Amino acid sequence: MGHLEDSLDQCIKCNVCMTACPVAAVSEDFPGPKVVGPQAQRFRHADQPIPDASVDYCSGCRVCNEVCPTGVRIAEINARARAALVAAQGQPLRNRIIARAGLVGRLSSGPHAPLLNIGLGLRPVRWAMEHVIQIHRDAPLPAASRHTFRHWFHQRGQRHGLRQIVYYHGCSTQYYEPWVGQAAVAVLEHNGFEVIVPDQKCCGLPLLSNGDFVNAKRYHVYNVAQLLPYVRQGIPVVGTSTSCTLTIKEEAPELLDLASQEVADVAAHTYDIFEFLRSLADQGELRTDFRAIRRTLPYHPPCQLRAHRIGVPVLDVLGLIPGLRIVESQAACCGIAGTYGLKREKYPIAMAVGEPLFQFIRTSGSELALCDSETCRWQISHATGIRTKHPIEILAEAYGLYPS
Amino acid sequence: MQTISTDVLVIGGGATGSGVLRDLAMRGMRAILVEKGDLTHGTTGRYHGLLHSGGRYVTKDPQSANECARENAILRRIMPHCIEDTSGFFVITPWDDPDYGDLFMANCRKTGVPVGELPLAEMHRRERVLNPQISRAFEVADAAADSFLAAHTNVLAAREYGAQVFTYHTLIALLRVGDQVVGAVVEDLRTGERKQIDSACVLNATGAWAGKVAALAGVKVTVLPGKGTLVAMNHRMVNTVINRCKMPADGDIIVPVHSVAVIGTTDTFVPDPDFYGIEAEEVQFMLDEGEKLIPGFKQYRALRAWAGVRPLYKDQDVANDRDLSRTYKLLDHAQRDGVEGIISLVGGKWTTYRLMAEDAANLIAQRLGNTQPCRTAEEVMPAPPFERRDTGNHADGPSLHWLGKPLAAIEQTQAYNDLICECELVTRSRLQTAMASGASNLDDLRRMVRVGMGPCQGGWCIYRSSALLYEEHSANADFSIEYANAALLHFLQERWRGLTPVLWGDQLRQARLDELIFAGLLGIHRLRDHARQGGGLVTPE
Repeated sequence: MGHLEDSLDQCIKCNVCMTACPVAAVSEDFPGPKVVGPQAQRFRHADQPIPDASVDYCSGCRVCNEVCPTGVRIAEINARARAALVAAQGQPLRNRIIARAGLVGRLSSGPHAPLLNIGLGLRPVRWAMEHVIQIHRDAPLPAASRHTFRHWFHQRGQRHGLRQIVYYHGCSTQYYEPWVGQAAVAVLEHNGFEVIVPDQKCCGLPLLSNGDFVNAKRYHVYNVAQLLPYVRQGIPVVGTSTSCTLTIKEEAPELLDLASQEVADVAAHTYDIFEFLRSLADQGELRTDFRAIRRTLPYHPPCQLRAHRIGVPVLDVLGLIPGLRIVESQAACCGIAGTYGLKREKYPIAMAVGEPLFQFIRTSGSELALCDSETCRWQISHATGIRTKHPIEILAEAYGLYPS
Repeated sequence: MQTISTDVLVIGGGATGSGVLRDLAMRGMRAILVEKGDLTHGTTGRYHGLLHSGGRYVTKDPQSANECARENAILRRIMPHCIEDTSGFFVITPWDDPDYGDLFMANCRKTGVPVGELPLAEMHRRERVLNPQISRAFEVADAAADSFLAAHTNVLAAREYGAQVFTYHTLIALLRVGDQVVGAVVEDLRTGERKQIDSACVLNATGAWAGKVAALAGVKVTVLPGKGTLVAMNHRMVNTVINRCKMPADGDIIVPVHSVAVIGTTDTFVPDPDFYGIEAEEVQFMLDEGEKLIPGFKQYRALRAWAGVRPLYKDQDVANDRDLSRTYKLLDHAQRDGVEGIISLVGGKWTTYRLMAEDAANLIAQRLGNTQPCRTAEEVMPAPPFERRDTGNHADGPSLHWLGKPLAAIEQTQAYNDLICECELVTRSRLQTAMASGASNLDDLRRMVRVGMGPCQGGWCIYRSSALLYEEHSANADFSIEYANAALLHFLQERWRGLTPVLWGDQLRQARLDELIFAGLLGIHRLRDHARQGGGLVTPE
């Protein structure tokens, strides 16, 4: 006992997850969280073939976990079932590519990035990609950056502060949106921290959600080894990607059965950056020398953030900025769910799932939206045409730090 | 009153009765079976579903062990769709005598029970939840069996040879002329009509009820009804039958069957096979024993508890019920009591039902001058139309029973939206097929297709099934919705009996939700005023 799968015992078939699931609401291909989760799990045996492929249509958004009144770990049951499928049947080439966010980013970014970005913007290229590697021609792909975040960070040299903090930037900041990391560093340094950026690999979430547990484990073990020396010195780890921090905190240890003290220690000392800033504010340690920003901005708390179960710290922190009004989206999910919405067969589902959110953003009248998770930002911008930023960028702006 | 004439009247629609019926019919004798409930409604449908390797009996009851070993091989051949090939382990836990292992092996060899010692690493590889402190393990040819499907299979085969079956017919009287039993009067519980069945021979195959039936012919048969309580757990957490390697006792077997694992059993004398309760201590005891085999066993969700009444025949005084022979006795009342035309077949166990039937049919054939040999061990039986075909292995998988087969069938046809019983994956069409093949209430359907047997115990599927039952009969203008209502109430009452002994934790929460659905949302308490028995349904209160 004590395995995630055993939480199926707690299912009383109440259907709350079935009514809340954003994927089941729009797709006939997904029978629903209860059906592929606790219900199907009774018919799966660890050493036998997985009988159902429908579970692969779970996007992993975890809305089901959030609404379940009896605590069934539905999303995790599904992730494990998918991993068993992958272990038995192998991974299509497409998934092997998109699950390696770090590798793809490393190959994409650099001096050739502008060229690559132009190439990826060409319809014939996307048509070919759709047919060769099954990535939907309209799916939002981020533009690669000429310079990586780490390049910028090392160029500027180490700056000292009163207290140290470790920044886990993740793949998107490193290869696509270095400005998010720059804003985070600026905000942390403004608050007196010396920012340390240790060596790190992808958090492994794209691998986990594509069922490649073997490689996900390698990445997580590596990251824990890198972060542990700081954690042992009492230095906290913060990240700007809510999905990376969730993976370090909870997803990887649980799904991969990593129960060591080292893994637990790193998990316990990793924070979403706004979670950390809010705790500073609670202790009166957050600087409040904000400029007024007289705007009303729509904000979508991503599914991955909700899974942290920390409330909505962005609202708490940005609420300190004079003049700024944040309107929180009540939509369940933007649909992209990491790499889910990139897939040819799932793109239409992802777009349909996100429609209530897109409506909310479109009708807000704002030219800018906020969201903590990178793939959600890309999806929102793709669907609505409205620019979407990480909230840390607004905070940096309020401090007058950004754009620098 | 309608009068029917036949060669043999078989009383009792359990494993024994249906087995004898098939054997008689195959030999060309005219035979009728009567059963007061549904097939297997008595003890056959209430056991753990174990096809014995014989291992359990090698020390105390060598004859039974040998019979089991031989019949095990035969049943696998003649009714493969009723058997889940699970294999079986006998394991020595820290609570068992370590010296029994060698004795067990020796006795298996003596009694012809195939056995092999299993390296512990191999045991843990195959069943990782087993107690790491197990010191020895032996593998035997145990399997899980669907006793209900098996009875239906026998009946189906018997019908093809011309036999007749009357379920929901209760025995009113045995007709005796002088020292000869010449037939019986039975009552159709659906209609209240009575039939007289004249027969050259009556076979009393009523198990724990054999004493009551024999008494109707003025013959004394002493059967000790031994109650065995069982608990079904929500997971099939093992895929192998797990036995404690020790002298047989209570709570020492876990049988994976269909989607659940069943732990059993107790053995308590009950004065009347129709009236008994399930005590909290029995359930507690079995969960404690389960914990010794599978650490954490008690934390799994218990779905329901039930009991069956063993038909242990008492020839002489023995101190303990467990010491009564598990082998069977054929009582020729002509020789034993001077009453012609009636034979009782008592004792035994499911695994040896065919052998018992062969013995009984031999005697009957001899009495009736039939010289045909028994062919029941050779001919493979057809599967009933409602069968889910969920036993069997996976083409690319291990050779043993594949748990995922029913789900694979749903996945293949994308029939998720057509599920009536979600827990046990019963689709509308399967339920309709089962109804069409004859069901007198919703509990019959449960036995046929497992509707209502999963974690929610009918909470979600039974009101749907009631509607389908009404739909099925609605072509008949006389069929009132009140009959379907009675079926719904009957089912809920039956399930509730099984739920009350396991009302804690998850199942309590489930029962609370089910109560809210039926009592809160659907106003079930008002249904009693709109429910009535009839319409060809039997729904005793």
